[in-house]
Amino acid sequence: MTGSRTLGIRAFALVLPLILFLALFFVWPLVSIATTAVSDNEVARAFPNLGRVIDEWDGVSPPTPAMQEALVADIRETAQTAMGDAVRRLNTQTSGFRSLFGRTQQAVERAEGAVDLPSIDERWEDPVFWNTIRSALPPYTTRFLLGALDLQRGEAGVEAMPPDQSVHRQVFLRTIGISALVTLFCALIGLPFAMLLAVTTGWVRQVLMAAVLLPMWTSVLVRCMAWLIILQKDGVMAEIIRTLSGLREAVPLLFTRTGVLIAMTHVMLPFMILSIYSVLIAMPKSLMMAAASMGARPLAAFRTVLLPLAMPGIVSGALLVFMTSLGFYILPALLGGGDDQLISSFVANYAIRQANWSLASALGLVLLIVTVAIFALYQRLSDRLARR
Amino acid sequence: MAFRTLALGVAVLAFGSAAASARDLVVVGWGGAGQAAQEEVFFESFTEQTGIPLQQESWGGGYGIIKAKVGTGDINWDVVQVEADELELGCADGIYEPLDWALIGTEDQFAGGTASECGAGTLTWAFALGWDADVLPEGPETWADMWDTDRFPGKRGLRKGAKGSLEIALLADGVPGEEIYDVLATPEGVERAFAKLDEIKSDVIWWESGAQVLQLLGAGEVVMAAAYDGRLTMAARDENRNFKLSFDGALYATDSWVVLKGTPMKDQAMELVSFMSQADRMAQMPALLPYSVPNSEAMSMLTPEEASLLLTAPENSGNSIPIDTWFWVDNIEALTTRFNAWLAQ
Repeated sequence: MTGSRTLGIRAFALVLPLILFLALFFVWPLVSIATTAVSDNEVARAFPNLGRVIDEWDGVSPPTPAMQEALVADIRETAQTAMGDAVRRLNTQTSGFRSLFGRTQQAVERAEGAVDLPSIDERWEDPVFWNTIRSALPPYTTRFLLGALDLQRGEAGVEAMPPDQSVHRQVFLRTIGISALVTLFCALIGLPFAMLLAVTTGWVRQVLMAAVLLPMWTSVLVRCMAWLIILQKDGVMAEIIRTLSGLREAVPLLFTRTGVLIAMTHVMLPFMILSIYSVLIAMPKSLMMAAASMGARPLAAFRTVLLPLAMPGIVSGALLVFMTSLGFYILPALLGGGDDQLISSFVANYAIRQANWSLASALGLVLLIVTVAIFALYQRLSDRLARR
Repeated sequence: MAFRTLALGVAVLAFGSAAASARDLVVVGWGGAGQAAQEEVFFESFTEQTGIPLQQESWGGGYGIIKAKVGTGDINWDVVQVEADELELGCADGIYEPLDWALIGTEDQFAGGTASECGAGTLTWAFALGWDADVLPEGPETWADMWDTDRFPGKRGLRKGAKGSLEIALLADGVPGEEIYDVLATPEGVERAFAKLDEIKSDVIWWESGAQVLQLLGAGEVVMAAAYDGRLTMAARDENRNFKLSFDGALYATDSWVVLKGTPMKDQAMELVSFMSQADRMAQMPALLPYSVPNSEAMSMLTPEEASLLLTAPENSGNSIPIDTWFWVDNIEALTTRFNAWLAQ
C-alpha cells in the first residue's frame, strides 16, 4: 500500500517539472491574454466618484452639477498613471478625449474648489463624452472581442461595424488563405523532393539533405533579406523571368503577394520535406517494385501505393506548415505590400503602436480559437480517413 | 542557523540589487545613420567627459513599448528619443521623469515649446519630397507632382500610417497648408484625403523605417518618396547619390529626449540629457546629420553651408507646415483604424 503510494508520489514528482513548465509557459500566458481581452477596469478605477453618480443621469441632457463635481474630485484624487490609462482607453472609443482631459486637468489644478467644466471646454456639454465614460465603467466588456471580429454593440444589439472601420475579418481570411496556399505549394514541391531524397544514396543524398537543412538553420531574417535582394526590381528573379518570358517590362515581385508566397514557401518547405521524408524512408523499397511486377504503370503505382503511404507525412507536414504560417509577421512586413499583411502585424500594431493591449489580446484569442477549430476539423477528418 | 540563513539572504539581496544597478546607462535612438551621428557627437564624448559608460539601443517608436516598460517596472531603458506625440502622451500619463531645466540651464535657447516639462528637443525632422535626380532629371516640385503618374511613372514611397499620408494627400489636393488640420478635423475632410490617396493607391510602396525608404529610393524601387529630410541629405552626401529634396509643403516635427520614470539611473540620465541640450554640443549635429536643431543658440553657430541644407534655411522654409501634435494625439486611433481598413481593401 505504502509502496504503491510512494511510487505514485515519485511518478508525480517526475512529471512535476513538466506540469510546472506547462503552467508557467502555456496556461498562465493564455489566461492572462484571455483576461486582458475582456477586462476593462481602467475607467472604473480612475473615476470612482463619477461612477457613483452617473447612473442617475438620463444620458441626453447636459451633465448635472453632481456629475461635474464628481469628475473634478476624480481628477484631483486619481494618480496620474491611472488617469492616463483611463484616458487612453476612452480616446480609443471617442476621439478627442486626450486634449479634452489635458486641458481640463490643467484648469482643475489651477482652480480651487468648484469648477465649471463647460467653461473650460465646451465639449463637456456634449453628452457623447459622458456617455463614453459611462459605457466604459463596467469592469468586463465584450467590446474588444467584438471589435476583433468587426462587430460592435449598437442600439439594436450586436451589429457590424461600418465598412470603413472594418478590417479584421478580412485580414483573418487573408491570413488563412495565404497559409493555405503556402501549404499547398510546400506539398507540391516537398513531395517530389522527399521522394528524390528517399531514393538517392551516398553523397547525392547528403547534398540534397544539405540543401534542405542549411536554409533551415539560417535565421528567418537573413533569408528575408536575401529574398529582398533576389526579388528586387533588377534582381536575379526579375532577370530570369524577363529572359524566359521575353517580356520587356519587369514583372514586379517585391512588395507583392507573389513575393510573400515565394519567400514563405521557401521558409516553410524544409518542414514539409522532412516530415514526408521521415515516412518515405521507413517504406520498404521493394513495394514499388512489387507494384511494377504486378503490372502497375509508374503513375498508377504512385497513386495507389506511394501516395497513400506518404499521406501521414504529407498531412502532418501540412498541419505544421499551415499552423506556423498563420503567425508569420516579419516576412509579409518586409516583402509584402500594404494589402499583404497578416493578422500578427495588426496585433503588433495595437500592442506596440497604440498600447491597446486589450484589442491585441482579443485578436490573439480569436486567432487561437480559429486555429484550434481548424485543428479539430483536421482531427475529425483524419479519424474518418483512418477508419475507412 | 537562523543567523546564517539571514546573512545569506542579505548577501543574496545585496548581490541582487548590486547586479540590478550595475547595468550601464542605456540611451535609445532611432538607429541607422542618425544614431551613428548621435554616437559621435553625444554619446562618445559624454562617456569621455563624465566617465559614465553608455549602452546604446535603437527602436522605431511605438508608445506601447515604453508604456509597457514603465508599467511593468522592468525599466531597462533610461534616455529615449521620442516623437512629439509620444512626448505629449507619456507626459500626460506620467511615465517620464520631469526635467530640471534650472540644472540644464539652456531653456531660453529652445524655441516653440521644445524645452518642455518632460522632454528636451533634439532635432527637427520633416517629411519632404525626395527623389533620385539620376532617374528623374526634371524632378517633382510639390506633393501634387507625386500624384502625376503620367509625368513621373513609377512607384512612390509613403510612410505606412495615417500620420503624414493624410496631410500630404490634402496638400496634393490643393488644400492650403494652414488649413489642413481644420479640414482633417471634419469627416468630409478625412473622406477627401482618402479619396485622394485612392488615386495613387496602386502606385504606392509603404515604408516603415527611415533607413528603408532610402534603400527603396537607392535601389530604384520607388522614383520619389516622402522621406526624412536629414537622412536623405546625409545619404546623398555620404553615398554620393544624386538625391534631391523639395521642402515645398514639408511636414515637420521635433523629436525629444525623455527620461523614463522610475529608472534606477535617474541622476546619470539627467546628466546625459543636460549634456545633449548644450548649444555647443547640439551645433555639431547638423554637420553630420543635416537636421535642424531646436536650440537657437546652436543654430547660430552653424556655418552658412551647413545651415543652407536645413529646413530652417530661409530659402527652404517658405511653406513648410508643423505637424499638429494634438490633432494626432486625439485622432491617431480612429484614423489608424480607418487607414488600415482602407489599406486592406
